[in-house]
Amino acid sequence: MGAVKDFVKGLFLVELLQGMAVTGRYFFARKITVQYPDEKTPQGFRFRGLHALRRYPNGEERCISCKLCEAVCPALAITIEGAEREDADGTKSRRTTRYDIDLTKCIFCGFCEEACPVDAIVETRIFEYHGEKRGDLYYTKQMLLANGDRYEAQIAADRAQDAKYR
Amino acid sequence: MEAAALQFFQGFWSLFGLWDWLWSWFKPFWPLAWTLIKIVCILAPVVAAVAYLPYFERKVIAYMHVRIGPNRVGPFGLLQPIADALKLMFKEIIVPTKASKALFILGPIMGLAPALIAWAVIPFDAGLVLANIDAGVLYLLAVSSIGVYGVIISGWASNSKYAFIGAMRSAAQMVSYEISMGMALIVVLMVSNSLNLSAIVAAQGKGTFAGMGVGLLSWNWLPLLPMFLVYLISGVAETNRAPFDVVEGESEIVAGHMVEYSGMAFALFFLAEYANMILISAMVSIFFLGGWLSPVGFLPDSVWWLIAKISFILFLFLWFRATFPRYRYDQIMRLGWKVFLPLCFIWIVVVGAWMMSPLNIWK
Repeated sequence: MGAVKDFVKGLFLVELLQGMAVTGRYFFARKITVQYPDEKTPQGFRFRGLHALRRYPNGEERCISCKLCEAVCPALAITIEGAEREDADGTKSRRTTRYDIDLTKCIFCGFCEEACPVDAIVETRIFEYHGEKRGDLYYTKQMLLANGDRYEAQIAADRAQDAKYR
Repeated sequence: MEAAALQFFQGFWSLFGLWDWLWSWFKPFWPLAWTLIKIVCILAPVVAAVAYLPYFERKVIAYMHVRIGPNRVGPFGLLQPIADALKLMFKEIIVPTKASKALFILGPIMGLAPALIAWAVIPFDAGLVLANIDAGVLYLLAVSSIGVYGVIISGWASNSKYAFIGAMRSAAQMVSYEISMGMALIVVLMVSNSLNLSAIVAAQGKGTFAGMGVGLLSWNWLPLLPMFLVYLISGVAETNRAPFDVVEGESEIVAGHMVEYSGMAFALFFLAEYANMILISAMVSIFFLGGWLSPVGFLPDSVWWLIAKISFILFLFLWFRATFPRYRYDQIMRLGWKVFLPLCFIWIVVVGAWMMSPLNIWK
């Protein structure tokens, strides 16, 4: 009986017409395309885009060269070198002398941000950046600190919003 | 119309006082020139339609995917075909070292030419046809069969295994489905009692329903519904369109016979595919949907009905592509040989018996 049913269904193209009904309905459905340069999708406060190194309000950089981010980075995109430094009050502290992120290696997983004990390395909402040669996407400490200075307001607001879930 | 055209040229050149001198020189060539003018009048709209069909295809499929489709070049993306054409024209045509050069260039031309010359016998309105020959159906079948040579020659001349497999698939597929198409046409020829395309259309304007003012129901598609479907589906297979596009099957053999082509040579294949789609749509409209005839009695017959019908069939082509996944190759062969062909044979007998019985509706 099933074979007869299948035969009749096939002969009268029942399932093909059902399929065409589905696409025919969607032909008139509301289009959901976001026309990117003109329109943008909303971003969450946890958006993981371009990296930045933050400073404390007094201007001191947060990073203490613990290298946890370098250790956790699954793509081995972070390179850190650190050294002791004499502070203004005579005490010594450990700081980075080099902090590079190769954005051509980075997979934007956010682990560096998670690993950081002092919220120094963060990922911002910036995703529209480009390099004209490969080297342009190799971000050094100065470039990352500059990002932090430039977007600090947005970064701080996003961290404050996220704080209650931590 | 010829006299009107002559008068126009006479009026134009008389403005410069050149008509008499020009005509004495040009008179022997006039029949040739008049034929060329008619050819251009037919082919210019066809080529324009071929250029814009890919645009509409992208739009329609995008809409069925809940996307917008091309909308960046010009208003609503309407200049997209021009941008694409310019891009392809400026690209280099690379001829592979081991290719057979003459055949390699001939391939795309052989693909496009039959799709265009077939328009010679397509009637656009009562009496509005370039060549009103009595063997119009035979001409169409013969010319559309030549199209397969473009694919085979290009696949062979490319000297590439993907192109060769594509050409072999195409040869088998197009030959198989041509038989079903021919058999479906035999039924149409039986009921319309003519091989002349204009006569076939005219025959669809008669009948009980046409007398009642709903010509729509007198067209061949309703009494010959199974043949209409066989012809339509075979037409999709014949043009190597989805879901029967194993010839180019990009996930298996890259692009089949087109894989070694670039630039304008590739564009010719592209144009040939769309020109063939429009031709098949025109043939379906003429054989089964009453050509230029109006669907209802109170509206006049006109060429616009033919254009509307062709557009509808073309929309179906795009709709199929947006809906169905690609057939497996052995399933295509099974459908052609073990389903459509027997169905055609049975229906020839059924319609033959019908025509011999007192219930004959095609007298």
